[in-house]
Amino acid sequence: MQDLAFLFSYLLQGLGVTIGVTIIALSFGFVLGIGMALLRVYGNKLASTLAAIYSTVIRALPVVLVIFILYFGISRIVDLSPFLSGAFALGFASTAYQSEIFRGAILSVPQGQMIAARALGMSRWKSIRYIILPQAIRIAIPAWSNEAAIVLKDSSLVYVIGVPEMLRRAEYVSARTLEPFIAFGVAALIYFILTFTTNRGLDYLERRYKLQM
Amino acid sequence: MESLLTLLQEVLPDLLQGTLVTLQLTVVALAIGLAVGLPAALVRVYGGRVPRWLAVAYIEIFRGTPLVVQLFVVYYGLPDLGITFSRMAAAFVTLGLNSGAYQAEYFRGAIQAVGSGQMTAARALGMTQWQAIRYIILPQAIKLALPAWSNEAISMIKYTAVVFLIAVPDLMGKAKILGGRNFNYMELYIIAAVIYILLVFIATRLVRTIERKLYTPGLEMEAERH
Amino acid sequence: MSDQALLRIEDLHKAYHTHEILKGISLDVQEKEVVVIIGPSGTGKSTMLRCINLLTRPDQGHIWLEEIEITAPHVNIDKIRQRIGMVFQDFNLFNHLTALQNVTIGMAKVLKMSAKEAHEKGMWELERVGLVDRADHYPAQLSGGQKQRVAIARALGMNPHVMLFDEPTSALDPELIGEVLTVMQKLAEEGMTMLVVSHEMGFAREVSDRIVFMENGVIVEQGPPKQLFYQPKFERTREFLWKISELYGKDEEESSE
Repeated sequence: MQDLAFLFSYLLQGLGVTIGVTIIALSFGFVLGIGMALLRVYGNKLASTLAAIYSTVIRALPVVLVIFILYFGISRIVDLSPFLSGAFALGFASTAYQSEIFRGAILSVPQGQMIAARALGMSRWKSIRYIILPQAIRIAIPAWSNEAAIVLKDSSLVYVIGVPEMLRRAEYVSARTLEPFIAFGVAALIYFILTFTTNRGLDYLERRYKLQM
Repeated sequence: MESLLTLLQEVLPDLLQGTLVTLQLTVVALAIGLAVGLPAALVRVYGGRVPRWLAVAYIEIFRGTPLVVQLFVVYYGLPDLGITFSRMAAAFVTLGLNSGAYQAEYFRGAIQAVGSGQMTAARALGMTQWQAIRYIILPQAIKLALPAWSNEAISMIKYTAVVFLIAVPDLMGKAKILGGRNFNYMELYIIAAVIYILLVFIATRLVRTIERKLYTPGLEMEAERH
Repeated sequence: MSDQALLRIEDLHKAYHTHEILKGISLDVQEKEVVVIIGPSGTGKSTMLRCINLLTRPDQGHIWLEEIEITAPHVNIDKIRQRIGMVFQDFNLFNHLTALQNVTIGMAKVLKMSAKEAHEKGMWELERVGLVDRADHYPAQLSGGQKQRVAIARALGMNPHVMLFDEPTSALDPELIGEVLTVMQKLAEEGMTMLVVSHEMGFAREVSDRIVFMENGVIVEQGPPKQLFYQPKFERTREFLWKISELYGKDEEESSE
């Protein structure tokens, strides 16, 4: 029984890793995603096309495959821990999805906003930065919350490159205790609680910052 | 380029076998998902207190946990309770139930989008709830859910990839095995990636053509989030 | 005072695809002058206005604002737009900002005023349009007339040398038109140079120094209100004004109080 308690605390430690991977991947995807969305909407033809190709290709692939390819690719260039490589790989994948989300949101901002900003004498960049983007981000909140929940769940996939997040630990616990159902079941439960609280939190964000037009 | 062609010659047959398995998984998962998801959505909207609660529990659990974890619980965990599945069966069941939960949400949204006025009018004509659902609500809801459903269908091709983790010989699984022979994982994963891209491309084209044929003016819904 | 016009438009041409909208417009606006442009819809009035601050690039023609040629190739358009205030039919208030923030954002980001200065000036402009008590409200919480007045305050905050109004009251409910016209009249009395595209005949007759009648991309006739309304030189002018006056007949009677 003592053993069990120790093993399950081991599992719980994976929670931190899971959350860490998720936050890094989401933030990475956020910054790059907005950047790519801006390129797609406001960039020159070349930049815009490249961004479109990136988005289309990545979104056509299974996330596991993207993680594998990027992990192998990243390891050849730079020596990072599996944790970071995995987080960044997941981040690159999320970038593609987030760029679509933000692109849609930017395009939803009424055209008149840009016109009015330019008429005030704001440069294109200032208009994007102070008028378009703030509104686009708020428009994107529902879709982004969805993506956040997905990244949280997909963080389990970095298991394949050996990151000691919850799934890998559950596997270890399962092997040690020979109780796979309980091991994986508890892991599932923890994921469920995580997803549930994250959704609640994001719902609150959505309600609070909803843009009334 | 010589070596690329040689490589392709070597691996393509196996990879194509894997692709067939992938497609098999996709179709079966979607079918199971439909068979489970649509009723779940109906129960969710029209059911009594207890059935509704059960439907919600099913939907929230399968949408709130990672697919991989579900797969492991089914394949590694259930034998503990006396339920053993073969790899393929576990894959089908898990993918199917998982898809069912997401499809249930799409259908629920579509049913609600049809509007309660339709049900009211149907009942006023003297139809039972079931008749109203069958002849008035469902036909409209299914048309409304089509865009989201077809997105799910196309995405399913990607989702099936995780089954390689329980050694199912799908495209991803085959790529891993072949990569292990000569340790040229990267090359094989890239070839697999190209195949996935082609699959998704073809599936997207197919879906667009079908959508256009089934398009009914006036029956549209806001594009699903995701 | 030099007798050089504040704003000079010379032979403006603009076509969309094969359809020519502006067919050679020339117009001078003097300092402190209020010019109202009238005419049937789709005759290029808004297009002309948008050419002035280069929101639309004319195909041909020149525009001068004071000593600068706006249509010259390497001109810094953002700087020029600081001198031109524009008010739109659809208000185009920034939805994510309060009324006060709408007014101050241009001051802060473009004119680089300090937060304190911008705040003070912003409140001053809001007072000018009568909306100080709505400073912290968001556009979604304002009525149409209030939105347009904030839009005017926003444009005024940049200290423009000329104000352009593109059908400022066309999107408003009838009861809300008055409050906006009152603000515009006040501005005119304070000596602002204004170029207004509008259907509001009462305003045109009472407040403008000159009325310009445009149709099919050309200026048919222009002159002081008295001339256009009572002794127009062209039949078409008379026809148009008669039709409009019928529509706005009430305005005529009410404004002769």
